Amino acid sequence: MAFDKMELRDIEVWDGNHAAAQALRQCQVDVVSAYPITPSTPIVEGYAKFKSDNYVEGEFVMVESEHAAMSGCIGAAAAGGRVATATSSQGLALMVETLYQAAGMRLPIILNIVNRALAAPLNVNGDHSDMYLCRDSGWIQFDAFSPQEAYDLNMIAFKVSEDHDVRMPAIINQDGFLTSHTAQGVHTLTDDEAFNFVGTFKPMNDMLDFEHPVTHGVQTEEDWHFEHKARQHNDMMTIIPNKIDQAFADFETLSGRKYNKVECYDMEDADLAIVCMGTSVETVREVVSELREKGLKVGVIGLRVVRPFPFFEIAEALKNIKAVAALDRSAPGGAAGMLFNEIAGSLYNTDSKMLLSGYIYGLGGRDLTKTNIVDLYNELQANADAGKVLTKQQQFIGVRGPKLAYL
Amino acid sequence: MKYKGWDEFEIGAMLRSFDGAIDDIAGTAQIDRKYSENNSYRANVADWRILKPVFNKDYCIDCQFCWIYCPDVSIIARDKKMIGVDMDHCKGCGICVEVCPTNPKSLLMFVDYADEEAELAQWPAKDEEE
Repeated sequence: MAFDKMELRDIEVWDGNHAAAQALRQCQVDVVSAYPITPSTPIVEGYAKFKSDNYVEGEFVMVESEHAAMSGCIGAAAAGGRVATATSSQGLALMVETLYQAAGMRLPIILNIVNRALAAPLNVNGDHSDMYLCRDSGWIQFDAFSPQEAYDLNMIAFKVSEDHDVRMPAIINQDGFLTSHTAQGVHTLTDDEAFNFVGTFKPMNDMLDFEHPVTHGVQTEEDWHFEHKARQHNDMMTIIPNKIDQAFADFETLSGRKYNKVECYDMEDADLAIVCMGTSVETVREVVSELREKGLKVGVIGLRVVRPFPFFEIAEALKNIKAVAALDRSAPGGAAGMLFNEIAGSLYNTDSKMLLSGYIYGLGGRDLTKTNIVDLYNELQANADAGKVLTKQQQFIGVRGPKLAYL
Repeated sequence: MKYKGWDEFEIGAMLRSFDGAIDDIAGTAQIDRKYSENNSYRANVADWRILKPVFNKDYCIDCQFCWIYCPDVSIIARDKKMIGVDMDHCKGCGICVEVCPTNPKSLLMFVDYADEEAELAQWPAKDEEE
Protein backbone atom coordinates (compact mmCIF):
# COMPACT_ATOMS: atom_id res chain seq x y z
CA MET A 1 0.00 0.00 0.00
CA ALA A 2 1.47 3.29 -1.04
CA PHE A 3 1.14 6.44 1.01
CA ASP A 4 1.03 10.08 -0.08
CA LYS A 5 3.80 12.55 0.51
CA MET A 6 3.07 15.94 2.01
CA GLU A 7 4.24 19.22 0.50
CA LEU A 8 5.62 21.43 3.26
CA ARG A 9 6.66 25.07 3.09
CA ASP A 10 10.27 25.82 4.06
CA ILE A 11 8.94 27.36 7.25
CA GLU A 12 5.68 26.12 8.74
CA VAL A 13 3.92 27.62 11.78
CA TRP A 14 3.70 24.66 14.14
CA ASP A 15 3.41 24.15 17.87
CA GLY A 16 5.66 21.58 19.56
CA ASN A 17 3.04 18.85 19.44
CA HIS A 18 2.39 19.24 15.73
CA ALA A 19 6.11 19.43 15.04
CA ALA A 20 6.62 16.12 16.83
CA ALA A 21 3.66 14.52 15.01
CA GLN A 22 5.06 15.66 11.66
CA ALA A 23 8.43 14.13 12.56
CA LEU A 24 6.74 10.80 13.38
CA ARG A 25 5.01 10.94 10.00
CA GLN A 26 8.19 11.77 8.11
CA CYS A 27 10.08 8.97 9.86
CA GLN A 28 7.25 6.63 8.76
CA VAL A 29 6.74 5.10 12.19
CA ASP A 30 5.28 1.59 11.89
CA VAL A 31 3.39 1.44 15.19
CA VAL A 32 2.09 4.10 17.57
CA SER A 33 0.45 2.56 20.62
CA ALA A 34 -1.02 5.36 22.70
CA TYR A 35 -3.37 6.63 25.37
CA PRO A 36 -4.23 10.35 25.38
CA ILE A 37 -3.22 12.78 28.13
CA THR A 38 -2.95 16.56 28.28
CA PRO A 39 -0.80 18.24 27.02
CA SER A 40 0.74 15.50 24.82
CA THR A 41 -2.46 14.23 23.13
CA PRO A 42 -2.10 16.13 19.82
CA ILE A 43 1.14 14.23 19.05
CA VAL A 44 -0.46 10.78 18.84
CA GLU A 45 -3.72 12.28 17.56
CA GLY A 46 -1.68 13.91 14.80
CA TYR A 47 -0.05 10.61 13.83
CA ALA A 48 -3.49 8.92 13.80
CA LYS A 49 -4.86 11.62 11.50
CA PHE A 50 -1.88 11.38 9.15
CA LYS A 51 -2.45 7.63 9.02
CA SER A 52 -6.18 8.00 8.34
CA ASP A 53 -5.42 10.51 5.59
CA ASN A 54 -2.93 8.05 4.03
CA TYR A 55 0.15 10.12 4.78
CA VAL A 56 1.80 7.31 6.72
CA GLU A 57 1.87 3.53 6.41
CA GLY A 58 1.56 2.11 9.89
CA GLU A 59 -0.67 1.04 12.73
CA PHE A 60 -2.27 3.21 15.40
CA VAL A 61 -3.18 1.10 18.44
CA MET A 62 -5.54 2.75 20.91
CA VAL A 63 -5.13 1.06 24.29
CA GLU A 64 -6.70 1.28 27.74
CA SER A 65 -3.87 2.93 29.71
CA GLU A 66 -0.37 4.35 29.43
CA HIS A 67 0.98 1.12 30.92
CA ALA A 68 -0.62 -0.69 27.99
CA ALA A 69 0.58 1.98 25.55
CA MET A 70 4.24 1.39 26.35
CA SER A 71 3.63 -2.37 26.57
CA GLY A 72 2.25 -2.23 23.03
CA CYS A 73 5.32 -0.29 21.93
CA ILE A 74 7.59 -2.88 23.55
CA GLY A 75 5.79 -5.71 21.75
CA ALA A 76 5.93 -3.93 18.42
CA ALA A 77 9.61 -3.03 18.88
CA ALA A 78 10.50 -6.61 19.84
CA ALA A 79 8.58 -7.80 16.78
CA GLY A 80 10.82 -5.55 14.68
CA GLY A 81 9.13 -2.24 13.88
CA ARG A 82 9.84 1.48 14.14
CA VAL A 83 7.82 2.52 17.18
CA ALA A 84 6.87 5.74 18.99
CA THR A 85 4.35 7.20 21.41
CA ALA A 86 3.78 10.26 23.61
CA THR A 87 2.63 10.98 27.14
CA SER A 88 2.79 13.42 30.07
CA SER A 89 2.83 13.52 33.86
CA GLN A 90 0.38 11.03 35.42
CA GLY A 91 0.41 8.99 32.24
CA LEU A 92 4.17 8.74 32.36
CA ALA A 93 3.95 7.74 36.02
CA LEU A 94 1.75 4.81 35.05
CA MET A 95 4.15 4.01 32.21
CA VAL A 96 7.30 3.96 34.32
CA GLU A 97 7.29 0.23 35.06
CA THR A 98 7.39 -0.53 31.36
CA LEU A 99 10.04 2.14 30.68
CA TYR A 100 12.54 0.10 32.68
CA GLN A 101 11.49 -3.00 30.69
CA ALA A 102 12.05 -1.25 27.36
CA ALA A 103 15.53 -0.06 28.36
CA GLY A 104 16.57 -3.43 29.79
CA MET A 105 15.32 -5.17 26.66
CA ARG A 106 17.32 -2.69 24.55
CA LEU A 107 14.37 -1.81 22.30
CA PRO A 108 14.59 1.38 20.20
CA ILE A 109 11.34 3.15 21.09
CA ILE A 110 10.82 6.92 20.81
CA LEU A 111 8.75 8.55 23.57
CA ASN A 112 7.73 12.20 23.39
CA ILE A 113 7.17 13.52 26.91
CA VAL A 114 5.36 16.82 27.04
CA ASN A 115 6.51 17.87 30.50
CA ARG A 116 3.78 18.51 33.04
CA ALA A 117 3.63 18.64 36.84
CA LEU A 118 2.80 15.53 38.84
CA ALA A 119 -0.22 15.58 41.20
CA ALA A 120 -1.14 16.31 43.94
CA PRO A 121 -2.43 18.95 43.63
CA LEU A 122 -3.58 18.03 40.13
CA ASN A 123 -2.04 20.35 37.55
CA VAL A 124 -1.84 20.26 33.75
CA ASN A 125 0.89 22.88 33.34
CA GLY A 126 4.57 22.46 32.67
CA ASP A 127 7.33 21.53 35.07
CA HIS A 128 9.99 18.86 34.92
CA SER A 129 8.82 16.48 37.64
CA ASP A 130 7.78 13.86 35.05
CA MET A 131 11.15 14.16 33.28
CA TYR A 132 12.92 13.63 36.62
CA LEU A 133 10.62 10.74 37.56
CA CYS A 134 12.10 8.49 34.88
CA ARG A 135 15.63 9.86 34.78
CA ASP A 136 17.20 6.62 36.06
CA SER A 137 15.09 4.36 33.83
CA GLY A 138 17.95 3.79 31.37
CA TRP A 139 16.40 5.79 28.50
CA ILE A 140 18.35 8.31 26.50
CA GLN A 141 16.76 11.71 27.25
CA PHE A 142 16.85 14.74 24.99
CA ASP A 143 15.39 18.11 25.90
CA ALA A 144 13.82 20.45 23.34
CA PHE A 145 13.49 24.15 24.20
CA SER A 146 11.22 25.02 21.22
CA PRO A 147 8.94 23.44 18.55
CA GLN A 148 11.83 23.50 16.05
CA GLU A 149 13.95 21.43 18.41
CA ALA A 150 11.10 19.03 19.18
CA TYR A 151 10.88 18.38 15.43
CA ASP A 152 14.63 17.99 14.88
CA LEU A 153 15.32 15.94 18.01
CA ASN A 154 12.68 13.37 17.08
CA MET A 155 14.62 12.53 13.92
CA ILE A 156 17.93 12.59 15.74
CA ALA A 157 16.47 10.31 18.41
CA PHE A 158 15.37 7.67 15.86
CA LYS A 159 18.82 7.79 14.27
CA VAL A 160 20.62 7.26 17.58
CA SER A 161 18.18 4.85 19.18
CA GLU A 162 17.92 2.43 16.25
CA ASP A 163 21.69 2.20 15.66
CA HIS A 164 22.64 -1.45 16.23
CA ASP A 165 25.47 -0.42 18.56
CA VAL A 166 22.97 1.59 20.62
CA ARG A 167 19.55 -0.11 20.66
CA MET A 168 18.38 2.04 23.55
CA PRO A 169 14.98 3.77 23.78
CA ALA A 170 14.96 7.58 23.73
CA ILE A 171 12.78 10.31 25.21
CA ILE A 172 12.32 13.78 23.73
CA ASN A 173 11.14 16.24 26.39
CA GLN A 174 9.36 19.50 25.59
CA ASP A 175 7.66 21.91 28.00
CA GLY A 176 3.91 21.48 28.37
CA PHE A 177 1.97 24.35 26.72
CA LEU A 178 4.95 26.74 26.54
CA THR A 179 6.39 24.56 23.77
CA SER A 180 3.66 22.03 23.03
CA HIS A 181 0.88 24.56 22.41
CA THR A 182 2.87 27.61 21.31
CA ALA A 183 3.04 27.97 17.53
CA GLN A 184 6.34 29.17 16.12
CA GLY A 185 8.10 29.11 12.77
CA VAL A 186 9.64 25.69 12.18
CA HIS A 187 12.15 25.09 9.38
CA THR A 188 11.10 21.84 7.75
CA LEU A 189 12.82 19.04 5.91
CA THR A 190 11.14 17.51 2.88
CA ASP A 191 9.62 14.06 3.43
CA ASP A 192 12.46 12.47 1.45
CA GLU A 193 15.22 14.37 3.29
CA ALA A 194 13.77 13.43 6.66
CA PHE A 195 13.20 9.77 5.85
CA ASN A 196 16.61 9.37 4.24
CA PHE A 197 18.19 10.84 7.38
CA VAL A 198 16.69 8.17 9.65
CA GLY A 199 16.76 5.49 6.93
CA THR A 200 14.77 2.29 6.55
CA PHE A 201 14.32 0.49 9.86
CA LYS A 202 16.87 -2.29 10.31
CA PRO A 203 15.54 -5.02 12.59
CA MET A 204 17.76 -6.80 15.12
CA ASN A 205 16.86 -9.93 17.10
CA ASP A 206 13.28 -9.38 15.93
CA MET A 207 10.54 -11.82 16.83
CA LEU A 208 9.29 -11.87 13.24
CA ASP A 209 12.54 -13.55 12.14
CA PHE A 210 11.06 -17.05 12.22
CA GLU A 211 14.34 -18.73 11.33
CA HIS A 212 15.89 -17.44 14.55
CA PRO A 213 13.29 -17.66 17.33
CA VAL A 214 14.07 -15.48 20.37
CA THR A 215 12.57 -14.96 23.80
CA HIS A 216 12.46 -11.28 24.82
CA GLY A 217 12.11 -10.12 28.43
CA VAL A 218 13.66 -13.10 30.18
CA GLN A 219 13.99 -13.48 33.95
CA THR A 220 17.37 -13.40 35.68
CA GLU A 221 18.18 -13.47 39.38
CA GLU A 222 21.30 -12.62 41.40
CA ASP A 223 23.40 -14.78 39.08
CA TRP A 224 22.87 -12.73 35.84
CA HIS A 225 20.86 -9.52 36.50
CA PHE A 226 23.87 -7.43 37.58
CA GLU A 227 25.81 -8.18 34.39
CA HIS A 228 22.85 -7.13 32.23
CA LYS A 229 22.45 -3.81 34.06
CA ALA A 230 26.22 -3.23 33.94
CA ARG A 231 26.16 -3.72 30.17
CA GLN A 232 23.35 -1.19 29.84
CA HIS A 233 25.21 1.40 31.92
CA ASN A 234 28.50 0.80 30.14
CA ASP A 235 26.92 1.40 26.74
CA MET A 236 25.25 4.59 28.02
CA MET A 237 28.59 5.87 29.35
CA THR A 238 30.91 4.85 26.51
CA ILE A 239 29.11 4.15 23.21
CA ILE A 240 25.99 6.31 23.20
CA PRO A 241 27.56 9.76 23.87
CA ASN A 242 29.65 9.39 20.70
CA LYS A 243 26.66 8.18 18.69
CA ILE A 244 24.69 11.24 19.81
CA ASP A 245 27.55 13.53 18.71
CA GLN A 246 27.66 11.74 15.34
CA ALA A 247 23.91 12.11 14.85
CA PHE A 248 24.12 15.82 15.76
CA ALA A 249 26.92 16.25 13.19
CA ASP A 250 24.98 14.37 10.48
CA PHE A 251 21.90 16.45 11.21
CA GLU A 252 23.90 19.67 10.90
CA THR A 253 25.17 18.52 7.50
CA LEU A 254 21.58 17.94 6.39
CA SER A 255 19.83 20.95 7.92
CA GLY A 256 22.48 23.47 8.95
CA ARG A 257 21.13 23.33 12.50
CA LYS A 258 23.80 22.41 15.03
CA TYR A 259 22.97 20.69 18.31
CA ASN A 260 25.26 20.01 21.26
CA LYS A 261 24.83 17.91 24.38
CA VAL A 262 25.49 21.08 26.34
CA GLU A 263 24.22 24.23 24.62
CA CYS A 264 26.33 27.25 25.57
CA TYR A 265 25.22 30.83 24.98
CA ASP A 266 27.59 33.72 25.70
CA MET A 267 29.74 31.40 27.80
CA GLU A 268 33.19 32.12 26.24
CA ASP A 269 34.25 34.88 28.67
CA ALA A 270 31.44 34.58 31.20
CA ASP A 271 31.98 34.83 34.96
CA LEU A 272 28.41 33.91 35.90
CA ALA A 273 26.24 31.18 34.46
CA ILE A 274 22.79 29.68 34.81
CA VAL A 275 22.22 26.03 33.89
CA CYS A 276 18.62 25.12 33.10
CA MET A 277 16.32 23.21 30.75
CA GLY A 278 13.27 23.66 28.57
CA THR A 279 11.78 27.02 27.61
CA SER A 280 13.58 28.67 30.54
CA VAL A 281 16.77 28.46 28.47
CA GLU A 282 15.27 30.84 25.90
CA THR A 283 14.04 33.26 28.60
CA VAL A 284 17.46 33.33 30.26
CA ARG A 285 19.14 33.84 26.87
CA GLU A 286 17.06 36.97 26.36
CA VAL A 287 18.06 38.31 29.79
CA VAL A 288 21.69 37.44 29.08
CA SER A 289 21.68 39.54 25.88
CA GLU A 290 20.22 42.47 27.79
CA LEU A 291 22.72 42.16 30.65
CA ARG A 292 25.59 41.77 28.17
CA GLU A 293 24.65 45.18 26.71
CA LYS A 294 25.18 46.58 30.21
CA GLY A 295 28.63 44.96 30.29
CA LEU A 296 27.91 42.04 32.64
CA LYS A 297 29.83 38.88 31.82
CA VAL A 298 26.96 36.42 32.04
CA GLY A 299 26.10 33.26 30.14
CA VAL A 300 23.59 30.41 30.09
CA ILE A 301 23.85 26.68 29.54
CA GLY A 302 20.91 24.65 28.29
CA LEU A 303 21.10 20.94 28.90
CA ARG A 304 20.26 19.28 25.58
CA VAL A 305 20.99 15.69 26.67
CA VAL A 306 19.81 14.80 30.17
CA ARG A 307 20.79 11.13 29.94
CA PRO A 308 23.49 10.01 29.44
CA PHE A 309 24.46 13.06 31.52
CA PRO A 310 27.26 15.01 29.75
CA PHE A 311 29.64 15.19 32.74
CA PHE A 312 32.75 16.12 30.81
CA GLU A 313 31.04 18.70 28.59
CA ILE A 314 29.49 20.37 31.65
CA ALA A 315 32.84 20.42 33.44
CA GLU A 316 34.50 21.92 30.34
CA ALA A 317 31.79 24.55 29.85
CA LEU A 318 31.96 25.64 33.50
CA LYS A 319 35.69 25.40 34.13
CA ASN A 320 36.34 29.17 34.17
CA ILE A 321 33.03 30.22 35.68
CA LYS A 322 33.11 31.95 39.08
CA ALA A 323 29.49 31.38 40.16
CA VAL A 324 26.81 29.16 38.69
CA ALA A 325 23.14 28.56 39.45
CA ALA A 326 21.53 25.17 38.83
CA LEU A 327 17.82 25.60 38.11
CA ASP A 328 15.66 22.58 38.86
CA ARG A 329 11.99 22.71 37.84
CA SER A 330 10.94 19.76 40.02
CA ALA A 331 10.16 19.45 43.72
CA PRO A 332 13.22 17.71 45.12
CA GLY A 333 11.37 15.92 47.95
CA GLY A 334 14.01 16.27 50.64
CA ALA A 335 17.21 16.48 48.60
CA ALA A 336 19.16 18.86 46.37
CA GLY A 337 17.84 19.24 42.82
CA MET A 338 18.99 16.81 40.12
CA LEU A 339 20.92 19.46 38.14
CA PHE A 340 22.59 20.71 41.32
CA ASN A 341 23.71 17.17 42.15
CA GLU A 342 24.91 16.26 38.66
CA ILE A 343 26.81 19.53 38.20
CA ALA A 344 28.41 19.16 41.63
CA GLY A 345 29.37 15.61 40.64
CA SER A 346 30.84 16.81 37.35
CA LEU A 347 33.10 19.34 39.04
CA TYR A 348 34.03 17.60 42.26
CA ASN A 349 37.66 16.40 42.14
CA THR A 350 38.43 18.92 39.37
CA ASP A 351 40.45 22.14 39.77
CA SER A 352 37.29 24.21 39.50
CA LYS A 353 36.72 26.68 42.34
CA MET A 354 33.24 27.42 41.03
CA LEU A 355 30.58 28.54 43.51
CA LEU A 356 27.48 26.43 42.96
CA SER A 357 24.00 27.24 44.24
CA GLY A 358 20.74 25.49 43.48
CA TYR A 359 17.30 26.94 42.85
CA ILE A 360 13.88 25.32 42.67
CA TYR A 361 11.52 27.23 40.37
CA GLY A 362 8.46 27.13 38.14
CA LEU A 363 6.57 24.27 39.77
CA GLY A 364 3.17 23.58 38.25
CA GLY A 365 3.78 26.04 35.42
CA ARG A 366 4.65 29.08 37.60
CA ASP A 367 6.36 31.62 35.30
CA LEU A 368 10.06 32.30 35.52
CA THR A 369 10.14 36.06 34.83
CA LYS A 370 12.95 38.16 33.45
CA THR A 371 13.01 40.01 36.78
CA ASN A 372 13.58 36.68 38.59
CA ILE A 373 16.55 36.01 36.32
CA VAL A 374 18.10 39.48 36.76
CA ASP A 375 17.82 39.02 40.55
CA LEU A 376 19.46 35.63 40.19
CA TYR A 377 22.45 37.00 38.27
CA ASN A 378 22.81 39.75 40.90
CA GLU A 379 22.93 37.07 43.59
CA LEU A 380 25.57 35.15 41.61
CA GLN A 381 27.59 38.37 41.17
CA ALA A 382 27.53 38.92 44.93
CA ASN A 383 28.76 35.34 45.48
CA ALA A 384 31.53 35.80 42.91
CA ASP A 385 32.60 39.13 44.49
CA ALA A 386 32.65 37.62 47.98
CA GLY A 387 34.45 34.46 46.83
CA LYS A 388 31.90 32.31 48.62
CA VAL A 389 28.22 31.40 48.44
CA LEU A 390 26.50 34.02 50.60
CA THR A 391 23.12 32.29 50.66
CA LYS A 392 22.07 28.78 51.57
CA GLN A 393 22.79 26.29 48.79
CA GLN A 394 19.15 25.64 47.96
CA GLN A 395 16.58 28.40 47.47
CA PHE A 396 13.14 28.74 45.92
CA ILE A 397 12.27 31.27 43.20
CA GLY A 398 8.81 32.79 42.78
CA VAL A 399 6.93 31.10 45.62
CA ARG A 400 4.67 33.11 47.96
CA GLY A 401 5.24 33.17 51.73
CA PRO A 402 8.37 33.42 53.92
CA LYS A 403 11.66 32.94 52.05
CA LEU A 404 12.72 29.29 51.71
CA ALA A 405 16.41 28.39 51.93
CA TYR A 406 18.09 25.14 52.89
CA LEU A 407 21.39 23.27 52.98
CA MET B 1 25.70 -22.97 31.95
CA LYS B 2 28.93 -20.94 32.06
CA TYR B 3 28.72 -17.65 33.95
CA LYS B 4 29.70 -14.91 31.53
CA GLY B 5 30.99 -11.38 32.13
CA TRP B 6 28.88 -8.33 31.27
CA ASP B 7 30.60 -7.95 27.89
CA GLU B 8 30.26 -11.56 26.79
CA PHE B 9 26.59 -11.89 25.85
CA GLU B 10 24.17 -10.31 23.36
CA ILE B 11 22.50 -7.04 24.41
CA GLY B 12 19.01 -6.92 25.86
CA ALA B 13 17.05 -9.41 27.93
CA MET B 14 16.93 -11.88 25.07
CA LEU B 15 17.71 -15.56 24.65
CA ARG B 16 17.77 -17.70 21.52
CA SER B 17 15.72 -20.89 21.44
CA PHE B 18 17.94 -22.76 19.00
CA ASP B 19 21.57 -22.86 17.93
CA GLY B 20 21.67 -21.48 14.38
CA ALA B 21 18.80 -21.09 11.94
CA ILE B 22 15.86 -23.46 12.00
CA ASP B 23 13.66 -24.80 9.23
CA ASP B 24 10.43 -26.83 9.52
CA ILE B 25 10.56 -27.04 13.31
CA ALA B 26 7.03 -28.52 13.44
CA GLY B 27 8.20 -31.37 11.24
CA THR B 28 11.30 -32.05 13.37
CA ALA B 29 11.03 -34.40 16.34
CA GLN B 30 11.87 -32.77 19.71
CA ILE B 31 14.88 -35.02 20.12
CA ASP B 32 16.34 -33.89 16.78
CA ARG B 33 15.91 -30.13 17.35
CA LYS B 34 19.05 -28.06 17.98
CA TYR B 35 17.85 -26.51 21.25
CA SER B 36 20.24 -23.91 22.63
CA GLU B 37 21.58 -24.32 26.15
CA ASN B 38 19.27 -21.45 27.16
CA ASN B 39 16.17 -23.33 26.05
CA SER B 40 14.04 -24.64 28.88
CA TYR B 41 14.14 -28.03 27.13
CA ARG B 42 17.71 -28.30 28.41
CA ALA B 43 16.80 -27.31 31.98
CA ASN B 44 16.00 -29.89 34.66
CA VAL B 45 13.26 -28.63 36.96
CA ALA B 46 12.43 -31.99 38.54
CA ASP B 47 13.11 -30.56 42.01
CA TRP B 48 10.04 -28.30 41.69
CA ARG B 49 7.94 -31.47 42.06
CA ILE B 50 6.59 -33.00 45.30
CA LEU B 51 4.25 -35.60 43.79
CA LYS B 52 4.94 -37.55 40.61
CA PRO B 53 2.76 -39.44 38.12
CA VAL B 54 3.50 -43.10 37.56
CA PHE B 55 2.40 -44.52 34.19
CA ASN B 56 0.93 -48.01 33.96
CA LYS B 57 0.90 -49.03 30.28
CA ASP B 58 -1.23 -52.13 30.98
CA TYR B 59 -4.40 -50.03 31.24
CA CYS B 60 -3.56 -47.20 28.81
CA ILE B 61 -5.81 -46.92 25.72
CA ASP B 62 -3.66 -44.20 24.04
CA CYS B 63 -6.54 -41.74 24.04
CA GLN B 64 -3.99 -38.83 24.23
CA PHE B 65 -6.02 -36.93 26.84
CA CYS B 66 -2.96 -36.60 29.12
CA TRP B 67 -0.82 -35.48 26.18
CA ILE B 68 -3.31 -32.75 25.25
CA TYR B 69 -3.96 -31.52 28.79
CA CYS B 70 -0.41 -31.57 30.21
CA PRO B 71 0.45 -27.87 30.79
CA ASP B 72 4.20 -28.56 30.63
CA VAL B 73 4.32 -30.68 27.45
CA SER B 74 5.73 -33.46 29.62
CA ILE B 75 3.79 -36.44 28.24
CA ILE B 76 6.01 -38.28 25.78
CA ALA B 77 4.08 -39.81 22.89
CA ARG B 78 5.32 -41.25 19.62
CA ASP B 79 3.06 -42.19 16.70
CA LYS B 80 0.00 -41.56 18.92
CA LYS B 81 1.28 -44.08 21.49
CA MET B 82 1.83 -42.98 25.10
CA ILE B 83 5.42 -43.77 26.09
CA GLY B 84 5.88 -42.12 29.48
CA VAL B 85 6.43 -38.88 31.32
CA ASP B 86 9.31 -36.40 30.84
CA MET B 87 10.45 -36.36 34.46
CA ASP B 88 12.89 -33.48 33.85
CA HIS B 89 9.98 -31.10 33.25
CA CYS B 90 6.92 -32.62 34.98
CA LYS B 91 5.84 -30.38 37.93
CA GLY B 92 3.55 -33.05 39.43
CA CYS B 93 0.33 -31.09 38.97
CA GLY B 94 -1.73 -34.29 38.50
CA ILE B 95 -3.83 -33.05 35.58
CA CYS B 96 -2.86 -36.15 33.54
CA VAL B 97 -4.29 -38.37 36.29
CA GLU B 98 -7.43 -36.25 36.53
CA VAL B 99 -8.21 -36.54 32.81
CA CYS B 100 -7.24 -40.22 32.42
CA PRO B 101 -10.51 -42.03 31.48
CA THR B 102 -9.51 -45.67 32.07
CA ASN B 103 -10.62 -47.85 34.99
CA PRO B 104 -8.39 -48.27 36.85
CA LYS B 105 -6.48 -45.12 35.86
CA SER B 106 -3.32 -45.57 33.78
CA LEU B 107 -1.62 -42.71 35.65
CA LEU B 108 -1.63 -42.21 39.42
CA MET B 109 0.15 -39.72 41.68
CA PHE B 110 2.69 -40.81 44.30
CA VAL B 111 5.22 -39.01 46.46
CA ASP B 112 8.30 -38.23 44.42
CA TYR B 113 10.52 -40.77 46.22
CA ALA B 114 8.04 -43.69 45.75
CA ASP B 115 9.47 -46.79 44.06
CA GLU B 116 7.89 -47.10 40.62
CA GLU B 117 8.19 -50.92 40.36
CA ALA B 118 6.60 -51.39 43.79
CA GLU B 119 3.69 -49.08 42.99
CA LEU B 120 3.06 -50.80 39.65
CA ALA B 121 3.05 -54.16 41.45
CA GLN B 122 0.26 -53.04 43.81
CA TRP B 123 -1.77 -50.98 41.26
CA PRO B 124 -5.45 -50.66 42.32
CA ALA B 125 -7.97 -53.02 40.74
CA LYS B 126 -10.92 -51.97 38.57
CA ASP B 127 -13.52 -49.98 40.51
CA GLU B 128 -16.73 -52.00 39.92
CA GLU B 129 -19.06 -49.33 41.34
CA GLU B 130 -18.17 -46.75 38.72
